[in-house]
Amino acid sequence: MPNATLEKTASKQEAPATYMPHAQGQADERQMKVKAPIDAPAKMGVHDLDLYYKDFQALKNINLDFPQNQVTALIGPSGCGKSTLLKSLNRMNDLVEGCRVEGDITLDGEDAYRSIDVNSLRRRVGMVFQQPNPFPMSVYDNVAFGPRTHGIKNRADLDEIVEQSLRDAAIWDEMKDRLKKNALGFSGGQQQRLCIARALAVRPEVLLMDEATSALDPISTAKIEDLVGELKNKYTVIMVTHNMLQALRVSDKTAFFLLGEMVEAGPTDDIFTAPADPRTADYVAGRFG
Amino acid sequence: MSQLHIKEGIAKALFVAAAGISILAVALICVFLFANGVPAIAEIGLPEFLFGTTWRPANDIYGIFPMIVGSIYVTAGAIVVGVPIGLLCAIFLSRFASGKVAAFLKPGVELLAGIPSVVYGFFGLVVIVPFIRDNMPGRGLSLLAAAVLLGIMILPTIITVAQSALDAVPKKYYEGALALGADHERSVFRVIVPAAVSGIMAGIVLGVGRAIGETMAVIMVAGNQTVIPSSIFDGVRTMTANIVLEMGYAADLHRGALVATGVVLFVFILLITMLFNVIKKRGELK
Repeated sequence: MPNATLEKTASKQEAPATYMPHAQGQADERQMKVKAPIDAPAKMGVHDLDLYYKDFQALKNINLDFPQNQVTALIGPSGCGKSTLLKSLNRMNDLVEGCRVEGDITLDGEDAYRSIDVNSLRRRVGMVFQQPNPFPMSVYDNVAFGPRTHGIKNRADLDEIVEQSLRDAAIWDEMKDRLKKNALGFSGGQQQRLCIARALAVRPEVLLMDEATSALDPISTAKIEDLVGELKNKYTVIMVTHNMLQALRVSDKTAFFLLGEMVEAGPTDDIFTAPADPRTADYVAGRFG
Repeated sequence: MSQLHIKEGIAKALFVAAAGISILAVALICVFLFANGVPAIAEIGLPEFLFGTTWRPANDIYGIFPMIVGSIYVTAGAIVVGVPIGLLCAIFLSRFASGKVAAFLKPGVELLAGIPSVVYGFFGLVVIVPFIRDNMPGRGLSLLAAAVLLGIMILPTIITVAQSALDAVPKKYYEGALALGADHERSVFRVIVPAAVSGIMAGIVLGVGRAIGETMAVIMVAGNQTVIPSSIFDGVRTMTANIVLEMGYAADLHRGALVATGVVLFVFILLITMLFNVIKKRGELK
């Protein structure tokens, strides 16, 4: 998609309503495109996924692939199941009492629930939360927590990992002289990028971001969005966002959820300019949600 | 309107009176202690009183150093026994026990706090002391017996305060640790416990306060010799024990010296309370 970036920058200033002028007419053609894979192999995949909280079915028959080294955005109104899906990818839903998952989730074709140990799954599939949650300890210890957990004790190795992770999260320059400072003393935006660095320090393959910018100011948000654009060169990124413009700006693929169902998924530009389903059209146009 | 004013006025007066009585009690205790204790200290001489190693009221020799050391030893021993058990128990209750087990254990811990200290003392006398006498050197009435007994007595304080500190650690820290691939144990011991450390320290300090002030149970098991113990199997006398054992028959300077022992104890408790407040404030700043 060589000219996709150009289109995106152009559409940044426009209001959401203008993204869907010819939605209805091209519906059939777009449906085809939904099924055709984006030209990258799937890093993770979800197949026939049903998820229940006790008797309540939160996700209904979800089928979705997450292409490698691309950013996939999950969008939809509150309670649509997008965060639930994200949390099932690294089994954080295990913490929820009465949560039951049926169907398959794969990582590199392996069954994420049955063939991969939960702790190694979470090491390979990192997560950044909605609220920045650095531990109440020094910046260094925050970033080194993951590597130490996975057996790296050598100080020189840890130093290198900490520096590299902070650099990857574009926060090394702000933190390098304050590595011993308590992480809670930094601003929300800095804390969130520290959390990204902490997640990167275990060398994950996939990075999940659960509305990672919703608690942040616009400048911090812009920094993290730029960062996500960089990160996809090394990682597969899956993000949940309430902000449709954010999905449009940073993601390559978008999946739209409504009431536990996935309405449609496809290349981000298609979802926003020519959605196949009228409900998607209404949502991206800002008519509800 | 004016009726409301009268009502408010009466209520306010009541509250002020209640608060005033509490403060007054503390103030009166201070005045009493220092008024009776300080002249005795002046007569004996502060260095001789604090650092004299001989306590012989019959000869008017009043050195309370063995009792100060005794109180510190017994309290330190109680910490060695009580803190690891109490802390691990709090961690278990907060992060490992299932709802049913916690519902069973929690009232047990609370019951431990409600047992009168003389009953603890009796338990020490019939269980701990004979056990030490039969299996270790010495006569059983010892520093070790007092430390073990006090260690048990401070458990409920440490467990309750530490557990509420652990319970108050935000869930997001735990989730953050799990999301990095840490297992439950590592998340608890490397993230949650460090995050609760100021609350845990507060619990330990409160336990220390309880241990240093405890009297009855200690008298019953400690042996009460006015000599600095040379091993944990020797008898020991604490400051509190010193006061209780001799107050009944003391007169004149002897009596003053016992009140002065109370002054020293009071200063110890004051320091511990201040330490507690400092720790609490530091925890709030985070």
